[in-house]
Amino acid sequence: MRYLVRRIGFLLVALWAAITLNFFIPRLMPGNPAIAMMAKFKGHLNPASLHAIEVAFGIHTHENIFVAYVQYVGNTLQGNFGTSLSNFPNSVTSVISKALPWTLGLVGITTILGFLIGTAVGAIAAWRRGGVLDSVLPPVFIVVSAFPYFWIGLMAIWLFAITLNWLPFLGGYTETVTPSFTLSFILDVLNHAVLPAFTILITSIGGWILTMRNNMITVVAEDYVKMARAKGLRPRRILWQYAGRNALLPNLTGFAMSLGFVISGAILVEYVFNYPGVGFMLLQAVENEDYPLMQALFLLITVAVLVAIFISDIATAILDPRTRSQE
Amino acid sequence: MKFFDVAKGIWRFIRRDKKAMAGSFILLGLLTIAAFPNFFTPHDPAAEVYMPGAGLSWNHILGTTSFGQDVFSQLIAGTRQSMMIALVVGFLCTVLSVLVGITAAYAGGWLDDLLSLMTDVVLVIPTFPLIIVITAYLKSASFWLMVFVLVVTGWSYGARQLRVQALSLRNRDYLLAARARGESSIYVIFVELIPPMTSLIVANFLGAALYAVLAESSLQFIGLGDISTQSWGTMLYWAQNNAALNSGLPLWALAPGIAIALLGSALALLNYAFDEIANPALRPVRAKRLKVTSS
Repeated sequence: MRYLVRRIGFLLVALWAAITLNFFIPRLMPGNPAIAMMAKFKGHLNPASLHAIEVAFGIHTHENIFVAYVQYVGNTLQGNFGTSLSNFPNSVTSVISKALPWTLGLVGITTILGFLIGTAVGAIAAWRRGGVLDSVLPPVFIVVSAFPYFWIGLMAIWLFAITLNWLPFLGGYTETVTPSFTLSFILDVLNHAVLPAFTILITSIGGWILTMRNNMITVVAEDYVKMARAKGLRPRRILWQYAGRNALLPNLTGFAMSLGFVISGAILVEYVFNYPGVGFMLLQAVENEDYPLMQALFLLITVAVLVAIFISDIATAILDPRTRSQE
Repeated sequence: MKFFDVAKGIWRFIRRDKKAMAGSFILLGLLTIAAFPNFFTPHDPAAEVYMPGAGLSWNHILGTTSFGQDVFSQLIAGTRQSMMIALVVGFLCTVLSVLVGITAAYAGGWLDDLLSLMTDVVLVIPTFPLIIVITAYLKSASFWLMVFVLVVTGWSYGARQLRVQALSLRNRDYLLAARARGESSIYVIFVELIPPMTSLIVANFLGAALYAVLAESSLQFIGLGDISTQSWGTMLYWAQNNAALNSGLPLWALAPGIAIALLGSALALLNYAFDEIANPALRPVRAKRLKVTSS
């Protein structure tokens, strides 16, 4: 229980830090960049949305900063992020809600898949210590992890889309087709997702393999594994039910910690493939100087990561009685 | 004397370990290129005077860009920026990590709680989107600005690791003995506490340097760095914006990526090797055919 309270407390502190960062970053920048942005869009916006932007970016500096801060936090908690300047007159929320399913589908599925496959492969590699998997995989993935994610995407495009012409590489679906719930459209979407998904998998799986392997090496040396062997249990059972389960726990925490990295990589992968998700939208917002959209996306990504970390904390607490009895 | 011993120990280790050997060899080569680029560049990297979009030839061993610049010369000239970013950000991140991690572990109490909370919060906030937001307001990030942003977002992982290690050392007998002798905190920290942590500190430096290289090239690639500088990320930016892959100039995009990966793998290989010092259980073993496992 105490553990749960602590984790909820941490979630709230981190959320508060993210919102506060979001509020102060534009104010700390030399020569408030939002003023230039406002000048560009004046006349296109109604007074109410102008005022919301002024509050968010601190343009009227005579306004008390604490009042503005409270007002900003209130707006944020209500999910009111104002108007997207590059998609006028749509609200930021409605623009984001169009991009969100694409990212959840692509990044969500590949992250979970990468975690499952990587963990399994890492466990087997450590189990057969000195075997082919164990000696080949670590150096291979050390090298792969040193490649920039987006560059692997570029190479995948060059090899599979341009040179071999096997797969499409731009967008989430064929531009000329109107989205619908037909089999051919779904196949088209899957076809477009193959290369970006492959890129994210290749770049993220190495981390899971290496950490799981390293945890597993420590766990396999424990007495209870020796005991299980001495009892004559089947190796498969010892591997998954005795050693694997325990080695998984630190990896679950690692999953939470490295999620930020995966998201960062995914932003660039979406950018390279022009995939209509949140990451591509973030970079487009940067390019169009659509600061309200940009800041809302930053907050959304942060909240997603924080919630995922919280879920994995809870999962750890359920799977591992030791965390519950701490202190 | 003590540091000389440490250096000797590190050298002995590098000589024995194949991964460390490969890593140091590549790093040394790239350092040489970064220090004396003019010695290696056949052409002026910025000059747009050659035949645009030329393929491989003896004169242009990696071809030319669609602006008529020599790709190989750009590659050589770009080495310095990535190297500088790696070393400077790696060093500053490590200093900050050591400072925060060891202060937290050594002081304990409320200061530890506060510093740990700070570390954890910085650790969980996704750094790359944050970097994008900061640099987006600044339009173009100069070298030192990039260093600042990367250090501010990159120190937390190391601080956390170092704190855990320092905590486990804090109540060892030899440290208690030093304190009982009446040594000052500064002496205890610098002479007794930090030296046994050298391999972890070095591993942290390498990890931070790798992070810096990848983040810097990503920023340059999306055009948020300074696109007028010579760097591998900028090469990728121009290659992407001129559709190098579609127009039969794949080497323009291929070469800088491989260069980044070369530097990155050198750092990662060394990092892995130092992890193996810190945790000997991870060292490679020869295949033992255990009867238990093969049954």
